[in-house]
Amino acid sequence: MNLEAVLPHEHRDDFAGKLGMWLFLLTEILFFSGLFLCYSYLRAKYPADFHQAGSDMNVVLGVANTIVLLTSSLTLAAGIVAIQRRRRRLALGCVLATILLGLVFLVDKAVEWTAEIHHGLYPGASHLARQPPGVQVFFGLYYTMTGLHGLHVIAGISVLSVMAVWVARGRIEPDRPLALENSGLFWHLVDVVWIFLLPLFYLAA
Amino acid sequence: MNEKYSDRSGVEPADRHAGPGYSTLVAVWAALVALTGLLVLVSRAGQGAAVWGLLLITPLKASLVFYFFMHLKYEGLLLKTVLAVALCTLVVFFTLLFADTAFH
Repeated sequence: MNLEAVLPHEHRDDFAGKLGMWLFLLTEILFFSGLFLCYSYLRAKYPADFHQAGSDMNVVLGVANTIVLLTSSLTLAAGIVAIQRRRRRLALGCVLATILLGLVFLVDKAVEWTAEIHHGLYPGASHLARQPPGVQVFFGLYYTMTGLHGLHVIAGISVLSVMAVWVARGRIEPDRPLALENSGLFWHLVDVVWIFLLPLFYLAA
Repeated sequence: MNEKYSDRSGVEPADRHAGPGYSTLVAVWAALVALTGLLVLVSRAGQGAAVWGLLLITPLKASLVFYFFMHLKYEGLLLKTVLAVALCTLVVFFTLLFADTAFH
């Protein structure tokens, strides 16, 4: 008797799942790289203006946000290790800590944007319109790139919230944590993008 | 134990989830925080130093995240090649851009 024909067979290809996620991440890398190309060209065109605009940035908040995101990457990577070692409660704690740190990042960013908008440093503001063209371009890029990054953080938090529920319900299995791993890949890429945004905007002066 | 665990690398299922342990992850995080501090210090040392910091320290930080947090170190050749092709394409884009602007 052919047992394979009788027993239910689950088709799974974890490698294909991971390769698909990496291909998606490459589109994200190329998406952000277009903006990095714009930044590079405009910084080469207006070096003094970018230097001046960079002096208006809050370095302390920028570095604090970097530490927050790096720590969130650590907690998520540790969560994946925990689920593989069958420590579900620790894994759940790590994923929840990652979500909390992501929220801290967003609150930090909101505080920063509020202060900058209060100082008239936003596209269309009369104060910014009186600044040199390079300064205006700097803040246009700043809001575009950090805004798009912020949307990715929100997307990451949303996906990780689903992962937290799945971990709690036992749907993420120790020998099959692909969904959590792929969510982690996305979150780490968001971290990598911020790693580049820090020196481009906050350390430009 | 074999560190590679991709499904098509020929590694036994028991080894499929080999990867960094907690101590490695914490060490990488500490290195990333230290490099962030170094980047801030270097950026204060002058425009030239800031540019070199951007070109050297930032890619190093990104590599640490790719290699350990994203498990690239433990992946097979195919994933590494796919990423390398994309990054090489980016280098070509940036080279063409600056070659254009430098002689415009």
